[in-house]
Amino acid sequence: MNTSSRYHAWRKIKNLTMSGVSFACAIVVIAPLGLVLFYLIAAGAGAIDWHFLTQLPKPVGETGGGMANAIVGTLALLGLASLIGVPVGVLGGVYLSEYSGERMNWWIRFGADVLNGVPSIVWGIVAYTLVVVPLKGFSAYAGGAALGFMMIPLIIRTTEEVLLLVPNGYREAALALGIPRWRINLQIVMKTALRGIVTGVLLAGARIAGETAPLLFTAFGNRFWTHHLKDPIAALPLQIFTYAISPYDDWHRQAWAGALVLILMIFLINIGVRALTRGRFSGATR
Amino acid sequence: MNASVAVTQPRREGAALKTKDSQSLPLTRLATPGGKETTPRGTPVSEVAFEVDNLSCWFGQHQAVQDLSLQIPARAVTAIIGPSGCGKSTFLRSLNRMHELVRGSRLSGQIRLFGENIYGPRIDPTLIRRRVGMVFQKSNPFPTMSIRENVTVGLRLNGVRNRVALEERMERALRMAALWEEVKDHLDRPGTSLSGGQQQRLCIARALAVQPDVLLMDEPASALDPIATTKIEELIQELKKDYTIVIVTHNMQQAARCSDYTAFFYMGRLIECDKTDKVFTNPSNKQTEDYVSGRFG
Repeated sequence: MNTSSRYHAWRKIKNLTMSGVSFACAIVVIAPLGLVLFYLIAAGAGAIDWHFLTQLPKPVGETGGGMANAIVGTLALLGLASLIGVPVGVLGGVYLSEYSGERMNWWIRFGADVLNGVPSIVWGIVAYTLVVVPLKGFSAYAGGAALGFMMIPLIIRTTEEVLLLVPNGYREAALALGIPRWRINLQIVMKTALRGIVTGVLLAGARIAGETAPLLFTAFGNRFWTHHLKDPIAALPLQIFTYAISPYDDWHRQAWAGALVLILMIFLINIGVRALTRGRFSGATR
Repeated sequence: MNASVAVTQPRREGAALKTKDSQSLPLTRLATPGGKETTPRGTPVSEVAFEVDNLSCWFGQHQAVQDLSLQIPARAVTAIIGPSGCGKSTFLRSLNRMHELVRGSRLSGQIRLFGENIYGPRIDPTLIRRRVGMVFQKSNPFPTMSIRENVTVGLRLNGVRNRVALEERMERALRMAALWEEVKDHLDRPGTSLSGGQQQRLCIARALAVQPDVLLMDEPASALDPIATTKIEELIQELKKDYTIVIVTHNMQQAARCSDYTAFFYMGRLIECDKTDKVFTNPSNKQTEDYVSGRFG
């Protein structure tokens, strides 16, 4: 009895140590998020007011003004990028997981992984060549294209991964009902994996929302409202960049505020889309 | 008995089938040189659902089913028994063209469903699967759908829009699957909220809703408790009045209890196929006898 209880105590110690270590690692993961948020709020919250959200930037030397145009610009760029990135990325992921053969799969996956590693400024150059040059000018279209290209490989990989998690039994059950393949993919496989697909899209969106480099010579930035998507457009990261490297205290303050707004925007979009796509049966049952 | 005996057996079909057969006759002989293998047919019955001739199935280099010929009678329960890896499931999946979905799979031979070659060049496998439903070992109601939607999914995704017709078919399918009384008051709950046995009956209802001719069951009760198993077996007895049922089972008592015909498979070959009571009480083959009496397998 004695030996067995001592053995038991030793097992308890091991168990506690292991949970302790995992807990510490979890804290290490969460801590930076808390720190970043805390610092952003401390430095930026003071500068956010109604004017900041609704006014255009003031000329150099005048204090006040806001980033309304950059907030709208970022939303517009995200929308344009999603128009390219979401359909191509999601359907590409469906192809990878549901249709393609092994050899083809290897090449597409390899391609997507390489593209994921391409520096974002290169995407700017690609969009410059493909959109800016033919349209003879910087435009929202070009910025959207650069960000959209970046989204494609990200979304392809996440979509493929979540679709592969859908148990094969569902596909077989649907096939045995004589349902055509495309409907199975759309209405059973993709529907089952919808939350995962949406999460992947949101992560890609969050990732590109903060990109500055691809916008430098595509969207270019604009200190005024953009009335047509073929004109240069402002974006929060560009504005933050410009303000942060400026010598003016007021602009520094606004750069912090811009960063905070950017993070809050991503946060809100995340919560909103998740609420909209919450599976009828994955949450609380009715 | 050898392969040549099989093709001389009487058939119910008319001239069209006979000419087809006389054409395939020489091929049949070629496929089994010497006729060493015993491939006995089931006893001739009034109506035949499946006629399987010289079926072989491969996964890559591995041959799972070897030159198998068999008749499956209509509106009766045919059980397929045999040890693991004997090709039972592969055979079953070849009957509704599910075998070919596995990467690297191959198949030769002929399978006719009520006289029609289901591997014919102009046959759409989707349509075959609509006529030959399948129930799987693991119950798999679609998790994003309610009970109601699970039953009607085969109809809806095949283009049936009429709500009244859908409701009617759903109720009939659930009644046939002996599930209606248990779920009629909460049809909008998720299909996955049901118990294991109920889920399996939901899957049977889902398969019945598209009104197939044949129901294939791949160990439908092996993951269920004895009470749920009994329910499924009773259900099979009810369903055989209208449907041809082929059931693969590991459970010999189950085969003895609920089937009219039993086929014993071993190492990808058909060893014996006959009336169930004959297979279990007076099998003509030594291997069958050993298996059903529990001496191997």
